[in-house]
Amino acid sequence: MAEKIIFYILAIIMVVFAVASVSSRKMLRSVVYLLFVLIGMAGIYFLIDYNFLAAIQLTVYAGGIIVLMIFSVLLIHHIEMELEVAKTFKKIITAIVCLAGLGIFLTTIYSHPFNVIENSNSTTINEIGKGFLSYEAGGFILPFEVISVLLLAAMIGAIVIAKGTKASPTPPKEGLRSGAKTDN
Amino acid sequence: MILGVSIYEILTLTSILFFIGVYGFITRTNLISMLISVELILNSSVVNFVVINKYLFPEVLQGVFFAVFIIAVAAAETALAIAIIINLYRLISSVEVKDTEVMKY
Repeated sequence: MAEKIIFYILAIIMVVFAVASVSSRKMLRSVVYLLFVLIGMAGIYFLIDYNFLAAIQLTVYAGGIIVLMIFSVLLIHHIEMELEVAKTFKKIITAIVCLAGLGIFLTTIYSHPFNVIENSNSTTINEIGKGFLSYEAGGFILPFEVISVLLLAAMIGAIVIAKGTKASPTPPKEGLRSGAKTDN
Repeated sequence: MILGVSIYEILTLTSILFFIGVYGFITRTNLISMLISVELILNSSVVNFVVINKYLFPEVLQGVFFAVFIIAVAAAETALAIAIIINLYRLISSVEVKDTEVMKY
């Protein structure tokens, strides 16, 4: 029973902060609201007894991505500036389309009979690690290596892109950009 | 599994979060806000993987592995996107979608 109450509290927190995150007019607040949603998801992983995944969620998302986003917001945005909002008509149309999609999702989900297996298995990190590094049938060693190469490539790419070239005193206009590039 | 909570309730929650993300992705006109919406969408799908693994196939761990891979790809994607956004800000001093006309520099 306690789990049920905790789940509902987490669900309410997540939905409220998700709505606040996509509708807040201050960008930094919107990032911080996203942080609460991600922490709520980590709470659901804890409830469902995947502690390793919850730890990953907290370290990678709450610790890494949110900090990265806050840094970028502070770099490129004035704190006091308010975001411009979309037109009310566009908002209403989008909300209607999203509600229709949600309705289709929910009717599909509720009309599908899931064969739920009652269990209280708990997973150890040992099993997860062995599954990742096993090269027998059902092992995940190849995707694991591919992901490590992908992360390396993304890191190098991010450094190369964000480093850029030396800033010219006047920002080049479009159309002249390819010509201006060769002059440097 | 969570005692007293059926799979339908959790899937309802993730669907709601998914469509909040879609709503934000369409209505926001700012690149970082759109990135936030993409994070919401990705996260709700990760929860789906984990929940279906736990409720329907508790003896295997495939959902957890895929969840870890999705989180890794999402982290890589966010890092690259923020690098691109910062570079774009350097070029055109704005991160609004309507000002973003050229990606090539």
